[in-house]
Amino acid sequence: MTAGSSELDSLYQEIILDHYKNPLNKGLRQPFEAEVHHVNPTCGDEVTLRVHLDGDTVSDVSYDAVGCSISQAAASVLTDLVIGKRVTEAMSIHQEFLALMQGKGQVEPDEEVLEDAVAFAGVAKFPARVKCALLAWMAWKDATLTAAEKETDR
Amino acid sequence: MTPFTGPGLLPDLDVIRKDFPILGRTLANGQPLVYLDSANTSQKPQIVIDTMVDHLERHNANISRAMHQLGAESTEAFEGARDKVASFLNAPSRDEVIFTKNITEGLNLVANTLAWAEGDLALGPGDEVLITEMEHHSNIVPWQLLTQRTGATLRWIGLTDVGQLDLSRLDELITERTKVVSLTWVSNMLGTINPVREIADRAHQVGALVVVDAAQAVPQMPVDVVASGADIVGFTGHKVVGPTGIGVLWGKKSVLDRLPPFHGGGEMIETVTMERSTYAPIPYKFEAGTPPIVEAIGLGAAVDYLAHIGMEHVHRHEQTITAYALEGLQTVPGLSVLGPLDVRLRGGAISFEIEGVHPHDVATVLDTRGIAVRAGHHCAKPAHARFGVQSSTRMSSYLYTTPAEIDALVEGLHYTRDYFKVGA
Repeated sequence: MTAGSSELDSLYQEIILDHYKNPLNKGLRQPFEAEVHHVNPTCGDEVTLRVHLDGDTVSDVSYDAVGCSISQAAASVLTDLVIGKRVTEAMSIHQEFLALMQGKGQVEPDEEVLEDAVAFAGVAKFPARVKCALLAWMAWKDATLTAAEKETDR
Repeated sequence: MTPFTGPGLLPDLDVIRKDFPILGRTLANGQPLVYLDSANTSQKPQIVIDTMVDHLERHNANISRAMHQLGAESTEAFEGARDKVASFLNAPSRDEVIFTKNITEGLNLVANTLAWAEGDLALGPGDEVLITEMEHHSNIVPWQLLTQRTGATLRWIGLTDVGQLDLSRLDELITERTKVVSLTWVSNMLGTINPVREIADRAHQVGALVVVDAAQAVPQMPVDVVASGADIVGFTGHKVVGPTGIGVLWGKKSVLDRLPPFHGGGEMIETVTMERSTYAPIPYKFEAGTPPIVEAIGLGAAVDYLAHIGMEHVHRHEQTITAYALEGLQTVPGLSVLGPLDVRLRGGAISFEIEGVHPHDVATVLDTRGIAVRAGHHCAKPAHARFGVQSSTRMSSYLYTTPAEIDALVEGLHYTRDYFKVGA
């Protein structure tokens, strides 16, 4: 064991590595009201993400993504957390996750709200990797707002 | 393991390392720094730091405009740096050395002024600009802008599977329509050294202007701008042990004289009336406003430092370290190098992939062991796309890199695979 390995373990929690190897809800599906494509320009990670709303419920989130373990696991955990939730509730989970990521490791995550996403608490201590964790979450918010606008337009 | 002491390494490597104070620091958990990101930016020797501090402490004044003793000292130091750079590049005239912010600004200077040029340098529909598929974004985007603005067509030389320029169709690519050929001397991603002279000669047969991005060449091999055959050669200061914020664009006087000014402002003029202005001769025509004075002086100290060691010795050291690194990397299962494996064809930046581990994850694991590498697309997305990869990990050495640091990298990569339980 080297000095860096406990630090590494705080970043690469087993939950993250599990989601990376066996991602949930991956692949693009029909139907959807909004599709977005987000890129992390500095590293090249990409996600295409679709949101299907059923009234005020997030009925499906499907995605296709390329990138590192953190960005891929984040997309998987995100979909698992928000699918089936009401939009307002999902948005507050988003807010909670964002606060955790931007908290420089000082924010205590609420496991009740974040479930598997608490595993990302260690990422906040690696400034270079915060963007990886947020890529899919930002794409989801973007797509959901677009889809919700379409809902209200109907 | 017995430490590697191959011929070709710089003989006073431990003394050279002491010139770079940062190499003595430790990182989190007391890890010594293993800096393998010099193609991104190089570290700075004490002489560069001291020269800049001394200037700021004792000689600081604006140049050329200040009619006092400090102004004279500052101007002398700034123009002295131009002389040093001219001599380092074997430029026929010091006036052909233009200080820019970096190589990106240098390439944009050329592409922008060509958009405004008249006469035989002017571009329009039917004209072509030729680049290559291995360029850094800074040698792609300015030419996309130029061709979009003028209606000219952008073309490029493709790459072979081993990461060299595919010159088999050069006759179709360099034609009477070609007005500009712009290429990198050494690829920042593949490491490939390109046959600049051969391409320049072909381009000149059709009267095209030849621009060379030497950002990765000037740091690691002797560069003689005349022998290169190019019309314009640019590089950036911070990759040649100099500071950031300063770059160099060398160009033949006959070409620079025919290009219109880039930025308008102070010091680039001869005279100004409310209606119009006339312009100063080169280099000042292209140096509007107060330049990065202390940065230029720092760059002068940097090229002096490298010249003192000797660029042929630096090049030999880089080749020796690169050969040693290529050998070590081959021992890592699932690792594939992007670019030539023959050390004679390449420079000291090695990009690679490890099957099953994303480059960011590789870089993070290495970072916790004190090893600094770059991960991502290295501002060369098209070159990555050519090889069907989204990103890669890149190690890049320099004159202060030791074989022990390469050993640390290779060991770190084995550890990375174990950590992610790849192909156990």
